[in-house]
Amino acid sequence: MAEVKLLGAWGSPFSRRVEMALKLKGIDYEYIEEDLANKSPLLLKYNPIHKKVPVLLHNGKAIVESLVILEYIDETWKTNPILPEHPYDKAMARFWAKFIDEKCMPATWQIMFRKEDEREKAIEEAIQNLKVLENELKDKKFFGGDKIGLVDIVANFIGFWLGAAQEAAGVELVNKESFPVLCKWIDEYVNCKVIKENLPPRDKLIAFLQPRFMASTWKY
Amino acid sequence: MAGDQVTLLDFWASPFGMRVRIALAEKGVKYEYSEQDLRNKSALLLQMNPVHKKIPVLVHNGKPVCESLIIVQYIDEVWKDKAPLLPSDPYQRAQSRFWADFVDKKIYDIGRKIWTTKGDDQEAAKKDFIDCLKLLEGELGDKPYFGGETIGYVDIAFVPFYSWFHAYETVGNFNIEAECPKLIAYCKSCLQKESVSKSLQDPQKVYDFIVMLRKNLGVE
Repeated sequence: MAEVKLLGAWGSPFSRRVEMALKLKGIDYEYIEEDLANKSPLLLKYNPIHKKVPVLLHNGKAIVESLVILEYIDETWKTNPILPEHPYDKAMARFWAKFIDEKCMPATWQIMFRKEDEREKAIEEAIQNLKVLENELKDKKFFGGDKIGLVDIVANFIGFWLGAAQEAAGVELVNKESFPVLCKWIDEYVNCKVIKENLPPRDKLIAFLQPRFMASTWKY
Repeated sequence: MAGDQVTLLDFWASPFGMRVRIALAEKGVKYEYSEQDLRNKSALLLQMNPVHKKIPVLVHNGKPVCESLIIVQYIDEVWKDKAPLLPSDPYQRAQSRFWADFVDKKIYDIGRKIWTTKGDDQEAAKKDFIDCLKLLEGELGDKPYFGGETIGYVDIAFVPFYSWFHAYETVGNFNIEAECPKLIAYCKSCLQKESVSKSLQDPQKVYDFIVMLRKNLGVE
């Protein structure tokens, strides 16, 4: 049995985060694609509580929840650390990762699932949250400084999925005029080797999202 | 650590604040407790937590750390010579983080539904709540603490909610101990520890507070 396995889904930013971290650290792993509409016995066995991807299997033991997995990976494989060393800097990285997951992502998804005339308030909230995040970048190349770190990995949704979602939903939230610093980060980010090689095909993602946004009933 | 300035911005009834109080007590850290008026937020709070404007906030030598579980991890990493709160093994740490995250995602929000809703919504929330507590009870097993022989991260994440159980039970008209006797026995045994008993609040006071909140929200 391979030492490291990942149960994932091609279009899931959460699943791709884990792949980015594994690739960044040069860890060999077996990838198992999950059909989320038809969850496998393996997934239900290893994540009985949430029944979601990603699930990391290391020597047969399961770790779930992408942020928990990322910390586990960083603590187990020390090459190319993704978290800072100093406790205060670590706390800041965790804070922004949580902010992205709990504020930026849900606010942004909300917009895509709403009909055009119901979007205004959701757009305001999303813009506010993204502005706060953009302020955190300041003049750094990445959230992690010179190199990609935890927050950059967690922000993969903003780096790539957001653009695809905007096109699929016909909404423009982030552009160079409104978010110059964030867009500069996005450009650097998607050109990073480890990021570029771990993104889903854009057209396939848009084709996947479009009907689901239209239906307004699917939750990720 | 000599010369440390530690202040905790907190609110007496907050289970999130209680988490930080327990962690600081376990580590023997001397700190200044600063009660905050959440209806009239102080300039200090807004300065120290501009993003969320919430308590708890730990201010360590002038630098703020926000979000209760992030604060608890920070405390564990800074005051590392005493009472480790997280295990040293990465897999065990991942398990602790998973269960603390589970408490965060479920207990407060479902508990809040119990005291802010009525009828079918309240019944559904009560059922959900007990289901979650049973999962936690299963995870606890026969151990004295979630952390094993000593109090740890998951205990600190969960046990403050015990202060709120009497309020949930009275408002929701149900008996948690009847459904989860082992979990309640565990909570009572945690209260034997000074770090816990001095950090938690009198359930009757919490109940009176909830009654007032319900009036203000117009839930009757």
